[in-house]
Amino acid sequence: MALVLTDEQTMLRDTTRSFLGKNAPISHLRQLRDSRDPIGFSQPLWKEFADNGWAGILVPENHGGLGLGYVEAGVVMEELGHTLTPSPFFASAVVAATAISRAGSDAQKSAYLRKIAAGDLIATLAIDESPKHRPANSAMSAKRSAGGFILEGSKSYVVDGHVADLFVVAGRTAGSASDTKGITLFLVDSKAKGVRAERTSTVDSHNAARIAFDKTPVAADHVLGEIDNGWKPLDGTLNAGRAALASEMLGAGDEAFGRTVNYLKERKQFGKLIGEFQALQHRAAALYCELEVTRSAVLKALQTLDESFDGAGPIVAVAKAKAGQSATLAAQEGIQMHGGIGMTDEFDIGFFLKRVRVCQELFGDANFQADRIARLSRY
Amino acid sequence: MSDLEAFRKETRAWLEANCPPEMRKPSRGEEDTCWGGRKWKFQSDAQRLWMQRMGERGWTVPEWPREYGGGGLSRDEAKILREEMRKLGCRSPLDSFGIWMLGPALLKYGHEEQKREHLPKIARGEIRWCQGYSEPGSGSDLASLQTRAEDKGDHYIVNGSKIWTSYADKADWIFCLVRTDPKAPKHEGISFVLFDMESPGVSTAPITLISGSSPFCQTFFEDVLVPKSNLVGSLNKGWDVAKFLLTHERDMIGGMGTNSGGESRSLGQIATESVGLDNGVLADTNLRGQIAALEIDAWAFRLTMDRVGDLVKTGKINPAASSLLKYYGTELNKRRMELVMAAGGFDALEWDGEHSHEGRNARAWLRSKANSIEGGTSEVQLNIIAKRLLNLPGV
Repeated sequence: MALVLTDEQTMLRDTTRSFLGKNAPISHLRQLRDSRDPIGFSQPLWKEFADNGWAGILVPENHGGLGLGYVEAGVVMEELGHTLTPSPFFASAVVAATAISRAGSDAQKSAYLRKIAAGDLIATLAIDESPKHRPANSAMSAKRSAGGFILEGSKSYVVDGHVADLFVVAGRTAGSASDTKGITLFLVDSKAKGVRAERTSTVDSHNAARIAFDKTPVAADHVLGEIDNGWKPLDGTLNAGRAALASEMLGAGDEAFGRTVNYLKERKQFGKLIGEFQALQHRAAALYCELEVTRSAVLKALQTLDESFDGAGPIVAVAKAKAGQSATLAAQEGIQMHGGIGMTDEFDIGFFLKRVRVCQELFGDANFQADRIARLSRY
Repeated sequence: MSDLEAFRKETRAWLEANCPPEMRKPSRGEEDTCWGGRKWKFQSDAQRLWMQRMGERGWTVPEWPREYGGGGLSRDEAKILREEMRKLGCRSPLDSFGIWMLGPALLKYGHEEQKREHLPKIARGEIRWCQGYSEPGSGSDLASLQTRAEDKGDHYIVNGSKIWTSYADKADWIFCLVRTDPKAPKHEGISFVLFDMESPGVSTAPITLISGSSPFCQTFFEDVLVPKSNLVGSLNKGWDVAKFLLTHERDMIGGMGTNSGGESRSLGQIATESVGLDNGVLADTNLRGQIAALEIDAWAFRLTMDRVGDLVKTGKINPAASSLLKYYGTELNKRRMELVMAAGGFDALEWDGEHSHEGRNARAWLRSKANSIEGGTSEVQLNIIAKRLLNLPGV
């Protein structure tokens, strides 16, 4: 498949771009932050987003979605990266929708997917337990009980955790930490007994939470996929999330870069536009190359998820690693080339640095992805 | 069956019947490359047969028009041909600067007689070309070149010297930038001419590189007579031809980013052999991280070459994109070769002998340093990107 967007995908990009540009530019994030908004995103905006069909991009048509693919989801994520708009799109419409539509029973799909697509239910993945993303190390206890399982333990950095209605939780039903065998996925209602969410205030002013499960009972029919064999759907779901985050970072990096290049064409020092200085020209040009190379990897990763989902792991790792590096560089260079004003809270460029730092950590940073590549090549 | 599927089937059958078995063994790189030309000594009958058979069919230059010795294939057909050749392991039948650089320039700027005269000989491997661009005083500032071509009525008289002329001592003809108007601004007094390297007054002297090999020469012109019919494009408009041709050269050199320099083992394999594994991962964890980072960039770069190719098809691409490929590909290749050396350790330091394949890795490492200099330095590429793709202000 050609590594270019189709006409339909380009149209989706343009519509999302104009919608977000009009309704949720960076000032929107700033306003949510400054007002310490208890929800952390705009519910009316999310409703409108869903009404446009975008929350259902990955939901099959028979469950009320658009039945589109990861390229389309990535297009939307990239635009969200340009505006840094907080929304449940990533957690609910990409990650949770992937987990449920790929691993769920018919009853589970019917119960949740239509609501996710409509934006009426927010679902999210609760996976991490340590400061670095190490999914195979999930140790949270899931003990068998009369009617199903009892969950005990806690999860950290659960995106949109304090506003979620439903958690996809990875628990350990066999084996020990670092075994991929013995992990089971559970669908847990946020109102279930013993579930406590503590919102985490984060550097990027986007949502995250610590979720504690205190002897939370989960019925047997709320197991997502097979008992002890949750790794495969979990890994696939994480890959979908990684590609989506790579898209978001590409958008954020591109935006920070574009703003920086514009600044180079406006700011004068020593009686010249600073963009005339070769020291800055070369750094801008090298950064441009990094972002273009990243774009190729990200698009290929999204296309591969659509064409052969289970084989997408390696290219997704490449895309997430490359996007993490390039977007970080774009944000860092953005601050440096803006000089003093880039350090002020009043100016927007710092928001990109903050958000990219979070996207790097989520679902594994560039080092984590590089390790996966090395392992796959057996060195 | 669609036309393309039928074409694929026919192509595979023809290749199977016509590509000699020896030409299906992996190429060892430079030493197995067929360059053609009047002075060429074929490595084997198989090499000669393969070049001739492909040349007769026009498949040495599959997308050139048939009337100029090409295969007349569409882009999709040419892609199928490349894919089928790769599947069978067929070597390239012929490589040359005529194919990569002069041919595309002649197709765009040459007049009918020039196309009919020169293109079929390139396609059939009969004439080998070299490029006369850089001069001792004109490297990155190529447009400052001083080699003069004086108007003598029906011909020019060329005097001056070129440097870094690849394989000038083995080439039959040269395409050359000369100054035809010394009074005009530097970009506007340059013309693009062709002449036979056997013309009286042409001499060459090879230059030995740090890698020990001599792919380049300095070339001297003393009162060389060049017929006016050998001017390509308009008088004093040679810079346009030069720029067009440079983008082709950049694509060619940029493609080296994925080149292994004849080493068939991956970096991971080389490092595993030299430092060993510890619990399934390389015992040198720093080296491991560097290799993985390189492989990630290399993969993303290969995809970028594909994507640029796809964008070319849609027409939505700035020609300066070739500077991106040249810059990134060559810097990547230098990084790769540094890692080949680091992974290889003492083994990679050997200069001669069978154990090291005549110092293959050390020589390839040293040769790679030229990648980001030849065809426009990395710094020149960044200038072009800053100016033409980012529209940054400048001098």
